[in-house]
Amino acid sequence: MAAELSSIDQELEPTDEIAVDSTEEAPEGVAAEPHPDVLLVEQARAGDTAAFEKLIRQYDRQIFRTALHITQNREDAEDITQDVFFKAFQKLDQFKGNSKFSTWLVRIAVNESLMRLRKRKTSKTVSMDQDVETDEGSIPRDFAEWRPNPEQTFSQSELGDILRKTIAGLPPGFRTVFTLRDIENLSTEETAEALGLSVPAVKSRLLRARLQLRERLSRYFRKAATPA
Amino acid sequence: MNCTDFLAKLTDYFDGQIDAELLTEVKEHLGSCHHCEVVVDTTRQTIDVYRGHQPYEFPDELSSKLRGAIMDRCRKHVETTVGEKTSAGVK
Ligand SMILES: [Zn+2]
Repeated sequence: MAAELSSIDQELEPTDEIAVDSTEEAPEGVAAEPHPDVLLVEQARAGDTAAFEKLIRQYDRQIFRTALHITQNREDAEDITQDVFFKAFQKLDQFKGNSKFSTWLVRIAVNESLMRLRKRKTSKTVSMDQDVETDEGSIPRDFAEWRPNPEQTFSQSELGDILRKTIAGLPPGFRTVFTLRDIENLSTEETAEALGLSVPAVKSRLLRARLQLRERLSRYFRKAATPA
Repeated sequence: MNCTDFLAKLTDYFDGQIDAELLTEVKEHLGSCHHCEVVVDTTRQTIDVYRGHQPYEFPDELSSKLRGAIMDRCRKHVETTVGEKTSAGVK
């Protein structure tokens, strides 16, 4: 099947470091109607900490989950969530409103999470590009149909274990794209912005991430083979 | 359109970002290729199962614990920066 799949990823931009501060350079005053967050950010910038607290309430879940998906470590995710919002608060002046505030936060969260991963695995560098050159698992091999409702076969906790284990097996660069795009529902463009990747690179990684997850989940969810 | 061509269009197909002409080709391939039909179907289920079963909980207690800690840090930050500004102004 897909022998040429590897060519899809070739226009990747190398980005092992994602600069938090370099995104807001588009011309100002183009946005038609400001997002409600923009007002809250302005108020927070003017010293209204309650406004900032509202922003935390809105996005803490998303930031926590993003960090947890990338680091696979609950304590790290808690620390990262704190750091992300505190950093954002310190750098509010740098948020110009050209991107969504949530995307800006996610970008900081991705950076912080990758930094944690690097710290933990001292010998290995961890970046968005790690292991993404391999096609392993991205070429569909299992063509079995699945049972319609995994809920009927597995308990909630079994299902949770399967999902966690499966996504943990993906390289961080794939895991992160899948998390932002498919779980957190960011658009392709927002995902690209949050990760400092090009849109084609996001699409290519998303395809591979989805196919690898599908292949791995198939072991659990495929219909039982009919005895010959 | 063969299976490789089809896979290359899979993301655009899922995202609905595909022009009418190509969509016709994609659908034609899907109609004639059981393997790709299964891939589409099970990939869709993969996305749905992850969306439907957030594997990580974020309980309210954790949310308020973290929020409290963040706000403490922010308030301290405001105090110290205001302090710096004041002392700089005095100079
Ligand atoms: Zn096919």
